[in-house]
Amino acid sequence: MRTALAVLRKDLRLELRTFETVPAMALFAVTTFVIFHFGLGQATISGQLAAGVLTVTVLFSGMLGINRLFVTEREQGGFDAFLLAPVDRTSLLLAKAAALFTFLVVLELIAVPAFGLLLLGPSLGPALPGLAVVLLLADLGIAVIGTLVSAIAVHTRARDLIGPVIGLPLMIPALIAMARGAAAPLAAHGAASVPLKWLEVLALYDVVFALLAYAVFDFLLED
Amino acid sequence: MSALVLAVAPALPLHTAGKYVAGAYIVFVALLLIYVAIMAIRLSRTERDLVELGRELERRAQEDSGRDLEHVP
Amino acid sequence: MPPTRNYGKGLRGLSLATVATLSVALALVFFYAPLDADQGFVQKIFYLHVPLAIVALCGFMLGGLFAIGHLRTGDRAWDMRSYVAIHMSLIFALGALITGSIWAKASWGHWWVWNEPTLVSFLIVFLLFATYQPLRFSIDDPERQARYASVFAIVAGAFVPLNFIAVRLAQGFVHPRVLTLGGGNLPGPMRLTFLVSLVGIALLFATLWKYELTAKSTRMQLRALRRRVLGDDAIRPLGRSAAPS
Repeated sequence: MRTALAVLRKDLRLELRTFETVPAMALFAVTTFVIFHFGLGQATISGQLAAGVLTVTVLFSGMLGINRLFVTEREQGGFDAFLLAPVDRTSLLLAKAAALFTFLVVLELIAVPAFGLLLLGPSLGPALPGLAVVLLLADLGIAVIGTLVSAIAVHTRARDLIGPVIGLPLMIPALIAMARGAAAPLAAHGAASVPLKWLEVLALYDVVFALLAYAVFDFLLED
Repeated sequence: MSALVLAVAPALPLHTAGKYVAGAYIVFVALLLIYVAIMAIRLSRTERDLVELGRELERRAQEDSGRDLEHVP
Repeated sequence: MPPTRNYGKGLRGLSLATVATLSVALALVFFYAPLDADQGFVQKIFYLHVPLAIVALCGFMLGGLFAIGHLRTGDRAWDMRSYVAIHMSLIFALGALITGSIWAKASWGHWWVWNEPTLVSFLIVFLLFATYQPLRFSIDDPERQARYASVFAIVAGAFVPLNFIAVRLAQGFVHPRVLTLGGGNLPGPMRLTFLVSLVGIALLFATLWKYELTAKSTRMQLRALRRRVLGDDAIRPLGRSAAPS
């Protein structure tokens, strides 16, 4: 656990100093909103359409973060250091997933208000509690799968391509639940509460894949 | 059972429906046959390699027996 | 070191059983099973499409199970079994998608329908496992390739049931199911035909799986022999996607 915290602190500090990943993700998200405005040809959107647009934007912005997650480890020998050190290897999984989760949350802290400003019809305030729950649960799933997929992709030749190609289908159940779940809070005529079944699907997805990732991650780190 | 015997309101009339059913089963058979063809090509290549191997071993066996004969003083 | 195990053992009996079962199944489909009240003759595709789909899904999950065996024992034979299972299932899944599409066109007039959760889940699973081979192809080191492929196979195998749950929930009960028979209550003759078809397709999968494994193992052993006898120049470089064992 201490190792995980140490690696997490390292990654967060690195991000704070270099500002490589999160600003790019946020900028990508806002630009995507602009494109959607012109692509959809509507003044405002709400309900299922809004939820879908938000899901897709968060997903593709998240992909930028996923692609970069293990790059420093690979380029500067972090993997070897981890293998040599007498630590539990899954702490790398914990640390990286936590880092990715943090990046996603920060991304959403910027993107969701931007979304409310640029595209959303109904006011964001009453939508926030339901939306926040859905987004947090979905972020957990994206973080777990993203870390796993990134760890696989970093050792392949087509690094930036393999990650999204493998990761997107794996994330589809979580994304379906996220898009369907977020539709109710973003409804045009007053925010409704998120249907419980989508939260259950997200929770189930998170638990199953977190356990799976924990079980298989070791095998990805062997030399 | 009797209620199902004759189609009351089929999605398509029988003569056009048959084409789709045939199409589906043809796709299945075609996939199988393509697989058989691929395996057949691989098998012929394997046989060719095996024949070459056999010939080489035969050649060496003859060489050895030839050499044995030479060594006989 | 190539394996000395005999993959082809039992292949003859298996293939004969497959031929027998599939022949009986076809006969049942066209001469015994009654016509469906709603869909008429088009419903006959059901006996081909659904078994293909079920067997493909089980095959994907089986690939995950074999991958667990590989990671546990380190024996690359398991990886080969996993690879072949996934490869076969992908072909069966392609067949399921095409026959499902034909069925949709015949029943509904469109080549693709979104309100049939089985087809949609299938497409997603197919897209996922279609990435298996590119993944293997992009890793050069054979040992690492086998290991990463196994990790992927396990995660993807676990993904299959989750995916079906999510998609089915998403479609909900708003849209009527297009390609089923009255809520899953098959009358007797139809059920028998369906079961025989299912067993036949499952046997076909097993036969083709064993066949492929035997062929691969034979090629590998021949290759090793040629290398020993004829030297390194006599062998062609291996493609990257197959799993040498």
